[in-house]
Parts: sequence; C-alpha cells; structure tokens
Amino acid sequence: MTIRRRVFVVTSAFALVAFAVMVWAPTVGSTPISLARAFDRSIPWDDNVDAQIFFVARLPRVLAGGLVGATLAAAGVVLQAMLRNPLATPFTLGVSAGASLGAMLAVTTNLELSVLGVTSIPLASFAGSLIATGIVYALAASQRRGLSTNVLLLAGVTLNAFFSALILFVQYLSDFAEALRAIRWMMGGLDVASYTPILAALPFVVVSFVAFAMMTRTLNLLSVGAESAAAKGVDIVRAQRVAFLSASLATGAAVSLGGPIGFIGIIVPHLVRLLVGSDHRIVLPASALFGAAFLVLCDLAARTLMSPLEIPVGVVTALIGGPFFLWLLVKRS
Amino acid sequence: MRRTLAAAFVYFVCFVAGVWAGVFAQTPPKRIISLVPNVTEMLFAIGAGPQVVAVSSYDVEPPEVRSLPTVGALVDPDTERIIALRPDLVITYGSQVDLQTQLKAVSIPFFDYRHAGLEHIMVTMRALGARTGHADQAERAARAMQASIDGIKARVAGKPRPKTLLVFGREPGSLRNIYASAGRGFLHDMLEVAGGEDVLKDIDKESAQVSTELILARRPDVILELNAANRLNDADLKAVLDPWSALGSVPAVKNKRVIILNGPGLTVPGPRVIDGIDKMARALHP
Repeated sequence: MTIRRRVFVVTSAFALVAFAVMVWAPTVGSTPISLARAFDRSIPWDDNVDAQIFFVARLPRVLAGGLVGATLAAAGVVLQAMLRNPLATPFTLGVSAGASLGAMLAVTTNLELSVLGVTSIPLASFAGSLIATGIVYALAASQRRGLSTNVLLLAGVTLNAFFSALILFVQYLSDFAEALRAIRWMMGGLDVASYTPILAALPFVVVSFVAFAMMTRTLNLLSVGAESAAAKGVDIVRAQRVAFLSASLATGAAVSLGGPIGFIGIIVPHLVRLLVGSDHRIVLPASALFGAAFLVLCDLAARTLMSPLEIPVGVVTALIGGPFFLWLLVKRS
Repeated sequence: MRRTLAAAFVYFVCFVAGVWAGVFAQTPPKRIISLVPNVTEMLFAIGAGPQVVAVSSYDVEPPEVRSLPTVGALVDPDTERIIALRPDLVITYGSQVDLQTQLKAVSIPFFDYRHAGLEHIMVTMRALGARTGHADQAERAARAMQASIDGIKARVAGKPRPKTLLVFGREPGSLRNIYASAGRGFLHDMLEVAGGEDVLKDIDKESAQVSTELILARRPDVILELNAANRLNDADLKAVLDPWSALGSVPAVKNKRVIILNGPGLTVPGPRVIDGIDKMARALHP
C-alpha cells in the first residue's frame, strides 16, 4: 500500500470513530431526552426542554471536548517529536502553568472583562499561556545556535514549578470561595453552555493545525535526529520554532476553553503509535481524531457516572490515563 | 492507723471537691479568641463581645471586631500570637486539629465548632452562653431567633412552595462552574423555612456543582442567586442576569424569576441568617 493510500485509509477509520462518538455523545446524558422533540422546529424554543438540553447543555460540551481533545493530542505528538522525548506533553513547556496562573488571578481579582463575548477567565488564562510561551521561547532562543531543546525542556519545567509556586501563593492570599473556584478550574470542565468560547478558540487551533499539517515530514526527520534532518535539508531552527509556537498557541487556546485537562496529550499519541506506527503523516491526524473521541467519551463518563453530581473531566482522564500510562511503561521496557 | 485513715479521708474529700469545683464552677473566660467569624457574631449577640480579645483575619462583623488584633484563620492560625495573647478560651473550627493539639499542650481550653443546619446556630449560641457566663442572654437571643424563624414560617405557611435553585457561585458572565446549595446544611434549611422547595434536596451534600443539563432537567420555578455585592446598579444587574437567558425553557428564566439576593451577610450562619431568610421569603412569596 502506498503511503498516500495508508494515510487515507487510517485517517478515514479514525475519522469514522470520532464522528460516531461525536454523534452519539450528545444523545445520552443524565436526563433522558426525546430526539424527535429536540429537532421538532414547530415547538417554540422556549418551551422545548429537549432541544435546550441537546443544543445548550450537550452539543457545546461535545464540540468543546472534541476541539480540546484533538488539540491536546496533536500538540503532544508535535512536542514529543520536536523534543525527541516520549514524556513530553503539551503542558511540559509551561503553557498550562501560565494559563492556570492567569485564570487564578482572574478569579481572585474578580476581573470583569469581556471581549466578543469571551469572559475574563478564558481571556486571562489564554494571556497567561502566551506569556509563559514567550518567556520559554526567549530563554531557548537566546542560545546562539538556534533553539536548544534542552534549554526548552529545562526552561519549561522550571517555569512550571515557578508558576505553580505563584499559584499557591495567590491561592493562599485569596479567600475560600475564590480558592475553590480556581482549584475547580484546574480540574478541567467542558460545560461551556454556549458556542462563543468554542468559536473564540477555534481560529488559534485552526492556524496551529495548518502549521502541524505542513510539518509532518519534518517531524519524521526531527524525531530521528537533528543532525540527520539537517543533512536532509531541513531548516532545523525554523522547524523547531514553528513546532514550538504552533503547539503552544493551540494548547493555550485549548486550556482556556476546557482548563488544563491532563494525560490526553501523552496517552493518546502513544496509543496511536502502538496502533499505526510512527509515521507522523498518519500519527498526527489519527491522534487528533482519537484525542477528540477519547475526551468526548471521558466527559460523557464525567457527566453520567455519578449523576446528578458530575466528576471533573480532568479527574476522569487522569484516573484512566495514569494506570494506562504505567502499563505502557512496563510494556515498553 | 485511725489518724492515717482520717487524713486519707480528708484528702479524698478535698480531692473530690476540687474536681467538682473544677468541672462545674468554671469561672467564665475573660479573654476569648475566636477563629470562626460566624461564631464571633454569635458571641457578640449573646453579650460576650467585651470578652473577645482577638479574631480571625476574615472577621468583619460586628464592626467592633475590626479594631481587634487578628490571629490568622481556618488554614493558617498563628499559634504563637494566639498563645502570646494569653486567651482563656479559643473558638476553633472542627478541622483545626493541629491547633487543638497545640492548645491542649499549653492547657488553653477551646470551644470546638462545626457548621451544621439552621437549628445548630441556636444550639451553638446556647452552648456558648453556658461556657462564657451569658446563659440567660444566650437563651433570650436563641429564643428571639427561633421566634423570627417561626414568624417567617407562619407567614409562608399554606402558600405554594416554588421549586427553587439556590445558587451561591458561578463564573462571572457565563453559566460555567455553577455551585448551588444541595439537600443538607443551613442554606438548605434557610430555603425551606423561607417557603421554597429545594430542587436539589435529593443530593445529600451541603453544596453541589450543577451542570446546565441538570438545571434544564430539574426546571426550577425560581432561581435565587446570592451575590456578595451590597448593591447592584441596573447595568450590573443586567450583566449578572444575562447569561441565564440561554436556559429559556427553565420556568424561572421564562417567567423572569431569577432573583439576585444582595448582601454580604446572607451566607453567614450566625444571627444575621434571619435577614437572609426574610429576603429569601420575600423573593419567593412577593
């Protein structure tokens, strides 16, 4: 089978799974609804509970889950290849800690701000992720010979720790209700109840995905080694820069939408590689599609398992992801 | 031999009398430190205010406490300052086990408190009265509170009880991370006294995070939303109410019965709950 054909077949298969999950997920939930009624346009909107549950409570949630899941999984693939480190996640380079600090500050200062219908917490967390990305990038770029992946990793890890300390400090100074709200935000949540925040995150994700799509071959070469990639004519510095910035931008947008939901960016890429091999032309689209399906399913579990109570979706992904990742670790060694 | 026995008997009597006096004739404390803001309010309500020498860093009511020294709060009590202030009674919260251990080590008595239902406010006031030498005043204050509660109950008796969602927190400008009072605790009790039926009464917790789906499914007739601001102008009120319009099929939204209750004291389980219950009752039964 030619590579083009394989890409098409595998991507179609994963797309089919993702599509099936995204169509099925909004039809189930803590409350039984009638789909016939939900789609009956003759019933006035304000009287149609089924339609409101479907279109206000569930569909935005499923779409947000799909977007966040796809983004985190794809960003994980890109960063693992670029850093040549299987343990890299979208949060390794400080993006999520910056986003969390931004959200935390918005909560504790009761920031009231709204741009095009996007509220203060997503705005502040996106700003925080951009600042963190900027700091890590500046540090890594200050090296004379292009971006140093070692400096990137160290700067990212250190910034994560530093921002976490700032988060704890701000949290310590805040009152109980604020601290609780901020902690809850960090557990991740997809009940967005409106399409506005999804539309706001979408352009950043689309731009990044275009960049991802254009660098799949480069990622193949990079993941083998920088020297051999350079020998094959790859502009290493430029490739690393594009990979880092696009992955960070996409992650920042995803975190501002759903909070720092862990484990998606690490278990999905590894699982997909187990299934389809390591060619990024296949791994990247397959991971994005599988990430979308996986997070939507996790959120489905989060909203139904303990209903009427909900489990924070980040807790669900961690409960599934932790043991799975350990299994993967044992299996590889 | 007889003399030895007689001496032993005298010692025994003295010992018993001493213990007796220690247990039952405790002198009322003169230097109270309260680490629990709502208990501070209770202390002032029962006349023990002048005995309070320091409070937690979150205490603002009654105004007299604002000039008192502060000694940390729930998670960060300043044990050194507490001991240095030489209190003879410290009001602690149930979860402050470390502080309690340290107080025991230096033989400073403490009064252990935990939030519970509405009734528990009166129970606590009476217990504080007995402990601080204001039993009569505490009894009067507790009775007055009970009378106010009974008065509100009588006022709403027989009226239809609207299904009510009592929201006390959400992300500003959106319907994300909505926290509401559930089937237990004083907020739930306040709502029931005020003549509302708690739409989350089947959830056996003090509070619950509620999804938009749950609100759409439970269809509350009234949504009461607590807001700590003292007053909201029309523009702010509109901004606060606006996100709810996404849930147009909920009777409370459709019939414009999403009601914001203002005031910082509404959620403090102390003497001011009567105000809160009264505001809730007026909102539910205009």
